[in-house]
Amino acid sequence: MSDPLLKLLESGRDLLPLGKWVNVGVKYLLDNSAAAFDWVGHVVEAFAQSIEAGLIATPPTLMIVAALALGFWRLGWRFAIFVGAALLLIALTGFWPQTMVTLGLTLSATIISLLFGIPLGIVCARRDRVNAWVRPALDFMQTMPAFVYLIPAAMLFGLGRVPGIMATVIFAMPPVVRLTSLGIRQVSSEQVEAGNAFGCTSGQLLFKVQLPIAMPTIMAGVNQTIMMALSMVIIASMVGAGGLGNDVLASIQRLDIGLGFESGLAVVLLAIILDRLTESFGVSRGTRES
Amino acid sequence: MADAKIQVRNLYKIFGRRPEAAFGLLKQGRTKDEVFKQTGNVCGVNDVSFDVEEGEIYVLMGLSGSGKSTLIRLINRLVEPTAGAIRIDGVDVASLPQAELLKWRRKHMAMVFQSFALMPHRNVLDNVGFGLDIAGCKRAERDDASMKVLRQVGLDTYASKYPSQLSGGMQQRVGLARALAVDPDILLMDEAFSALDPLKRIEMQGLMLDLQREQKRTILFVSHDLEEALRIGTRIAIMEGGNLVQVGTAHQIITQPADDYVRKFFKGVDTARYLTAADLMDPALNGRSYNGGPRVPAATSLNDAMKTVLSLDVPVGVIDGKDQIMGCMTAKSLLIKISQEARHV
Repeated sequence: MSDPLLKLLESGRDLLPLGKWVNVGVKYLLDNSAAAFDWVGHVVEAFAQSIEAGLIATPPTLMIVAALALGFWRLGWRFAIFVGAALLLIALTGFWPQTMVTLGLTLSATIISLLFGIPLGIVCARRDRVNAWVRPALDFMQTMPAFVYLIPAAMLFGLGRVPGIMATVIFAMPPVVRLTSLGIRQVSSEQVEAGNAFGCTSGQLLFKVQLPIAMPTIMAGVNQTIMMALSMVIIASMVGAGGLGNDVLASIQRLDIGLGFESGLAVVLLAIILDRLTESFGVSRGTRES
Repeated sequence: MADAKIQVRNLYKIFGRRPEAAFGLLKQGRTKDEVFKQTGNVCGVNDVSFDVEEGEIYVLMGLSGSGKSTLIRLINRLVEPTAGAIRIDGVDVASLPQAELLKWRRKHMAMVFQSFALMPHRNVLDNVGFGLDIAGCKRAERDDASMKVLRQVGLDTYASKYPSQLSGGMQQRVGLARALAVDPDILLMDEAFSALDPLKRIEMQGLMLDLQREQKRTILFVSHDLEEALRIGTRIAIMEGGNLVQVGTAHQIITQPADDYVRKFFKGVDTARYLTAADLMDPALNGRSYNGGPRVPAATSLNDAMKTVLSLDVPVGVIDGKDQIMGCMTAKSLLIKISQEARHV
């Protein structure tokens, strides 16, 4: 062998100990900013807890009726019937409480993702330099296997809801950042000029021209973020986030195909309802002008 | 004579990374091509000066890339000038600080765009009220004003529709109404009717002229269509490569084009229509051959001149402002002049 690179590799395996550096980095964070992580953890815990408590405290009947009404308002009676039947099925198979926990986790993670993702997307649309840094970071966040986030999340926040939500936020935030930025960039230059020509301040331009015109695209991002959050909170049961993920995990451990099907079906039905409902908010009152 | 409404003096716009350096070179007398080779900067508007009188429709004409769209955007500073002055009612808009500029845009100028640039999330009424909304006008007051303007453009029954539900011509009526709603003294129209089909375009030109008769505004109108410019323009300014080539009335442009670039626009345009008796007469047939017959003023249009000549069957005298005979029109002189014009077509 004369390849110099291969020779180097034979002399020892750890020429580039990336993994070690990451370990050291996370350990450093743990040692030096434990207080900060604790504080963040408490805030997220309190927030998620109140959402979950609210969902569980709501009587299932009331919840089903409310969902049915929402479905009817947004998409008509066919979808309303589907929503009613799906939720009834979840309740009858005995997965209601877990489904509410999963819904709570999804909502908490989504709200946090949007809270940070939409402003970040706006900044990316306005500043090319920020965009150049954020884009590769988003690629990284989105394509890194989702399980991997659970390790640092569990190390920094312990077990339970919070690490699950944090890992979910990281995984689910990229689409809304991307599509917010894309939506704003796609506003035609003449529409922006029209805003400026009539004397918009930069805030008015954002809130009266750019964001409203970009809204269908942003809502598509919100929709994707919700769907990714839902898939991730199931995986997050591995760090004890709870909900339907627990049942899915248990069915794998026990090779219980029946349990797997029931809990999986509940996830699917919840996903369809969330998807169609959020999608319906993305449709603008008219198609875009050419 | 009172000062012109808009006075543009030595206005430059240079696009590129280091416009100051390029501007310096231009000032030293280098040509735009030399400057481009040396600095990579493109000169969009090159030392342009002109006046627009209050209440006139001033048409900026040119091919694409001639700088006309840049020039109109310099007036309300959607594009920042590199150098020069833009005085409107004596105020130099080019040097207004940002906050003042916003006030100025809200009060004095409104713009109409080629692609209409309506807001798809607002209905017609709210689109028309957009400028008033931005200026902080209360809802009720805004809606009243918007309805009034919508009636003027004949779209009051469409107030609650959305732009996507309207045809192109209707959308541009909304665009025009949006501009009129803020009651600006200056209207900037960038290829406003170019995206419409020919019939709709003529209809909109008519509408604009009607509105102009009701209330005179100073209108800067960008177009690449000479027919349109001749139809609506009080005066026409022709641009080429960032420079003003010629400024004049329709009649001046047709009868005394400055160069071949200007003449090129005549292709396919029925320029004879804009000739007057003064152009159509034969100056050789003056006083001698004329003995007290019919006479018409010099500014008589081609149509009227032809009617008069054909119905009388005698030479018709053409008189200037002091009742002096300038020459005579005959059927022959008319045909000769019209056939000369026809070679552009």
